[in-house]
Amino acid sequence: MPVLDIKLLRDLRRLWGQALAISLVIAGGVATLVLAVGSHRSLDQTRAAYYERYGFADVFAVVRRAPKTLVSQIAEIPGVAAVDARIAKLALLDIPNFREPASGQFISLPDIGEPALDRLHMRVGRMPEPGSSTEVVVNENFANAHAFVPGARFSALLNGRKRELEIVGIALSPEFIYTTGPGDIMPDDRRFGVIWMSEKTLASAYDLDGAFSSVNLKLLRDASERDVVQRLDVLLDRHGGRAAYGRKDQTSHAWLDHELDMLNNMSRTLPPIFLLVSAFLINLTLSRLVALEREQIGLLKALGYGNITIAWHYIKFVIVLATIGVVIGSVMGTWLGIHITRLFGDFFHFPFLIFTKSPDLYAAAAALSLAAAVIGAIRALRDVVALPPAVAMQPPAPPRFHRLLPTGFSIHGVFSQPIVMMLRNITHHPIRAGFTMLGMALATGILIVSLFTRDTMEQLIDVTFFMADRQDATVSFIERRSRDVIMQMARLPGVLAVEPYREVPVRIRHGSIERRVMISGRPQGADLSRIIDADLRAVVPPETGLAVSAMLAHVLGVQAGDFVEVDLLEGQRRTVTLPIAAEVEDYFGLRAMMDADALSRLMREGPTVSGVNLSVDSNRLDFLYKAIKNMPTVSGMALQRVSLGNFRENVALLITTMASIYTSLAAVIAFGMVYNSARISLSERARELASLRVFGFSQGEVMRILLLELAVLSLAAQPLGWVIGYRLAWIMKTNLAGELMRVRLVVEPFTYAIASGVVLTAAILSALVVRERINKLDLVAVLKTRD
Amino acid sequence: MSETIFAARALTKTYTSGEVEVHALRGLDLDVSAGEVVVLLGPSGSGKSTLLNIMGGLDHATSGRLLFKNIELTTLNDRELTAYRRRHVGFVFQFYNLIPSLTAYENVALVTEIAERPMKPDDALALVGLEERMDHFPAQLSGGEQQRVAIARAIAKRPEVLLCDEPTGALDSTTGIRVIEALLSVNAQLGTTTMIITHNASIQDVADRVLFFADGQISKIHKNETRRASAELTW
Repeated sequence: MPVLDIKLLRDLRRLWGQALAISLVIAGGVATLVLAVGSHRSLDQTRAAYYERYGFADVFAVVRRAPKTLVSQIAEIPGVAAVDARIAKLALLDIPNFREPASGQFISLPDIGEPALDRLHMRVGRMPEPGSSTEVVVNENFANAHAFVPGARFSALLNGRKRELEIVGIALSPEFIYTTGPGDIMPDDRRFGVIWMSEKTLASAYDLDGAFSSVNLKLLRDASERDVVQRLDVLLDRHGGRAAYGRKDQTSHAWLDHELDMLNNMSRTLPPIFLLVSAFLINLTLSRLVALEREQIGLLKALGYGNITIAWHYIKFVIVLATIGVVIGSVMGTWLGIHITRLFGDFFHFPFLIFTKSPDLYAAAAALSLAAAVIGAIRALRDVVALPPAVAMQPPAPPRFHRLLPTGFSIHGVFSQPIVMMLRNITHHPIRAGFTMLGMALATGILIVSLFTRDTMEQLIDVTFFMADRQDATVSFIERRSRDVIMQMARLPGVLAVEPYREVPVRIRHGSIERRVMISGRPQGADLSRIIDADLRAVVPPETGLAVSAMLAHVLGVQAGDFVEVDLLEGQRRTVTLPIAAEVEDYFGLRAMMDADALSRLMREGPTVSGVNLSVDSNRLDFLYKAIKNMPTVSGMALQRVSLGNFRENVALLITTMASIYTSLAAVIAFGMVYNSARISLSERARELASLRVFGFSQGEVMRILLLELAVLSLAAQPLGWVIGYRLAWIMKTNLAGELMRVRLVVEPFTYAIASGVVLTAAILSALVVRERINKLDLVAVLKTRD
Repeated sequence: MSETIFAARALTKTYTSGEVEVHALRGLDLDVSAGEVVVLLGPSGSGKSTLLNIMGGLDHATSGRLLFKNIELTTLNDRELTAYRRRHVGFVFQFYNLIPSLTAYENVALVTEIAERPMKPDDALALVGLEERMDHFPAQLSGGEQQRVAIARAIAKRPEVLLCDEPTGALDSTTGIRVIEALLSVNAQLGTTTMIITHNASIQDVADRVLFFADGQISKIHKNETRRASAELTW
């Protein structure tokens, strides 16, 4: 081995602490990229493969009752590859030892063969016997929530008749990856299940022999979804069809898409920041580290080594450091990525997981880190190698410091000399001090981005559950009912207040942009479920025109006063033009609201009700549950308290996992940054500090002098870090805002405090490590050498 | 004869560097009186610096005793040695060791701020003839001036001893003479016991006593009946 390489290895061993700290900073940047992009890609591919293998449909439609003879006509629509006509019905469930009423989405299974689309992946058990009137297959989430195994029983209210059902199999379906019950925002697997049973049984229960109530289509690759939907609507119209829709409006797909989008956006926002910060830090650190080698470089030149050989020697040194970092980061990132993929895979109940290998990611992360490291080294080498050996071997001439103030002003007696030293050092190296500050600020900033989601979610909960939808429960009906039902509901045990609502599915259009939403008709003076505007005030439902989600207004490009075209997808199916009256602050989905009576007039129908919001005496809940369980007209009962719990649980998964990973990586970067700054300052100023020790300064005093500068820079960096953090959080929030869910950016003071706390703790920890070095300063040796 | 300020008895210092044992001091005995100017001469590795380092509280002896007045230096721990240096000792080094970010005045003030009964930095600088240059940074001072600032810094806390390791080693003769002058004038005005290591034999004439070192021991002691004035020095 050439002697220079031996030197390289020895240097690495000598500087192992710093080498490791630098490598960890690089590793932090690389790991974030690999984990975020890697897990998103894996989940995305898993979903694609799942959809493909189990035939997830492209177009979905619900009808009241269509004859099966229509199927061949549907199949003839140009662009349709496969048709799956079936019976789909919502029904109330009564589960033994479970107080609350649950809902089931019943789906028929052909009595011969498999469904054409949306096939089941059996986890346990078997398919029901053809024609069996009791055997069912349930989705895995629901089964897990109740610890159901094949053989378990529960009952359902099918078309008003109670039936005992027996579970024979537990399955997964690409159509129901993400399942939410009627009226719920978040999945609640205990109160909502998907239940597959024999077509014959369902047909006889719902009087649908030779007919279907739901049809799913698979399209050819180049088919136009819009055309197919239009033609399908025409065919289904006579049979009570509700407008068909594509995957974008299919609940399960849309939510899954949203979750993956969120991961994707996270992977596009955070890792580049991490990687750039780490690249920037190592560039800064390595250039200072190489500058310290000045005398050795001079010596090597004096001995006859060429500039290129010497430069290459040091470049190899930083390449080794960067490579260690890239390797640690890749391993760590891959491991965390697999962990996150598993976590989400379990959350979504994917039947299998595909872990994608992403060599391009490793290459990109490695290239960026290496380039940053090498450029840092070259920056320092360029200056040093250019010097004649005799000059290089001597330490640099004492730097020329300047007074902070004009000569007339004296700071004698105002500051102690150590403080003057610190101030002069900062002003003498403004760029270095600036970059060090920027590095700390960035560390604080990325911590804020890792942490702010919690504040934002609390705000969302506050507005959604405590300002807007303050009801205890929402009961939805299978078919719309007359307003008499309000009195009927009010008489149920434990009900304190009842507020009806009417929902009408519509297509809302402005120019070429169109969305499928529900118009919700609200009674005047509603106090349980309220409309909250952008200033977070409750507003009355507009008597004319629509109040729409601010996001919907944004998507359509309209504001209050503009007109939109609305296709009513129920009743007479008219198309009307309505003004936008107000924008509503909400965070889930796209909604439109108007006065209930106005909606009735619009629909040209008497006052009807789709569901009711209830305020309930919590002591009498059990009686209410019992009563609801026996109401054949009810499709489901959503409970706000349970929804909130589920929301917290689901959000916690994403936030605590992601935030804790990113927070740790940010802390690693902060630590590496401060530790290296302190160590290099120590090397650069070893002589000065040893002199102070000789004059009788204690170890503590010398340590204070060394670290004062870093402490001042760390503290001064915090406000900048807060600003950076807020900006980054804003970018994240904007990237994450979707039609399904969005947030209002809130960063609590506590979050700023935590972020700064972590960075300052990292700074203090690295200071403690450096203290050991100060204690070991060799006073005699240092003084024997020249400045 | 004035009181004894340092008393060394059978002082030894052994370094282990790798597998080699280096005997830097081999049972050295020495008494130094208060106010004395002592010059230490001898080849490299003969033990001069080791002795000075131990006297200055920068290093520990391996065995033997070293008393500073009534304080047994050989028994002090690091914290106590720091306090000892802070109170009693001034150092002057070959390479000045000034803090580049502080002016001449501030370099002196750096020490007076932590001393118990210091003189004013201006007075210390006046003592070495630098009152005009006290607002200059080290980079704006010549080598001799920098060394005089170092002396001012060393004596500003009114130490009982001033330990100088080759104070003129990096200087030409004219400047070197000015530095020696400064040292002697401090000795004359403040009565500071002064020990000077040098390779320059001509400096020995300004001392009260000259110690010749060889192999970790004092091989010879020469007493000057009359000290030459620094102006008469040549080298």
